[in-house]
Amino acid sequence: MDLSPIWLTLKLAAITTLLLLIVGLPLAWWLSKSRSVFKIIVEALITMPLVLPPSVLGFYLLLAFSPQQGFGKWLHNIFDIQLVFSFKGLVLASVIYSMPFMTGPIKSALQQLPQSLAQASYTLGKTQWQTFKSVLLPNIKPSLVTALVLTFAHTLGEFGVVLMIGGNIPNVTRVASIAVYDSVERMDYASANNYSLILFALTFLMVIGVFVFNKYQAKSPLE
Amino acid sequence: MIDINIEKRLKGYAGAGILKVKHQFAPGSITKIHGPSGAGKTTFLKIVAGLVRADAGKILVNNVTWLDSEHHINLSPQARRVGFVFQDYALFPNMSVIQHLEYATTDGLWIDRLLHLGKLETLTTHKPHHLSGGQQQRLAILRALAIRPQIILMDEPFSALDRAIKAELISDLKSVFSDLNATVLIVSHNPDELVGIADEEFYIAGV
Repeated sequence: MDLSPIWLTLKLAAITTLLLLIVGLPLAWWLSKSRSVFKIIVEALITMPLVLPPSVLGFYLLLAFSPQQGFGKWLHNIFDIQLVFSFKGLVLASVIYSMPFMTGPIKSALQQLPQSLAQASYTLGKTQWQTFKSVLLPNIKPSLVTALVLTFAHTLGEFGVVLMIGGNIPNVTRVASIAVYDSVERMDYASANNYSLILFALTFLMVIGVFVFNKYQAKSPLE
Repeated sequence: MIDINIEKRLKGYAGAGILKVKHQFAPGSITKIHGPSGAGKTTFLKIVAGLVRADAGKILVNNVTWLDSEHHINLSPQARRVGFVFQDYALFPNMSVIQHLEYATTDGLWIDRLLHLGKLETLTTHKPHHLSGGQQQRLAILRALAIRPQIILMDEPFSALDRAIKAELISDLKSVFSDLNATVLIVSHNPDELVGIADEEFYIAGV
């Protein structure tokens, strides 16, 4: 059995989760505080991958990443970067596709913290960043873990967007979900079953891990 | 001297109202603030601390302008550095008693004095959810004092304390206030609380 699709999937999920942690934390913090119309529009855009068919999102990303026009052409001409049918393109598409899974739980948790926690920190002379790092973030740990695991697990299961952007290039864009589809197309049900079982086991273990972690964290007075 | 002249529209369960305060608080004085529920006592304290924005007005503290809506001056809470005791305590669930104080100050001797004052010396490693209501309230007071503030704002700070502890703590606090030469505003519902300690009373009626 060729395990490269599994490794590629894990690599894609790990990179996507890491990037989304860096981007998603400040974004979720801003979304939790701001009440502007601009914020509502940004939040709606971030949420779109939850409701749009993945093929629609994949189609528009394919157009955007195309080296023939717009953003894709600019990237290609200036930085010699091609996003379509490349691992880099998969990463960027995954970041966009999985973003609501990172920002959603973190934003909700931050909004549920009493406002007075941050206010108390400000009166002690602490900056917004110090307050976020020392007071807010440590008190939303269960939601942070949930967001990380959901983002990772969701990226593992990506199919429509990956197929549109990456196609099915072995060792480059052929992730596990594509390998399952490809195996079924070739009537190789044994391989399809192996890939599916591995994906099922991985995601099941992760979800169980989150439930166990959050069960212990639930003793916090904020739960 | 704290010279306050502010106005703020309030939204409450009973409909809209207006908080208007025009008053001077003498330096080093202790003032009891009282008034009906929903009159805006907590909002008033938060406006002074810079946590809530007034619709209009001025706040002048020891000749420094903290707020002047006409000239768009509004110092941040970090710049005002008032000691604030929140009605819901606002303790940090992730921090122990000692970590709360160390977050506010690096002065070890001052922390020791505060722990003694709040009778929390034996509970330094306890987190808030392992403290009683009274202990949590004392920790909230100690944390506010930890930054050695010149202005101390306390929102129902003794509501969870029993009579004996309250009497002793208030007496000790008075000496700390005096050492800090702090001007103290205390919101209290209890008519007997602070008798003989507060230098004056200020009534907020709300409109």
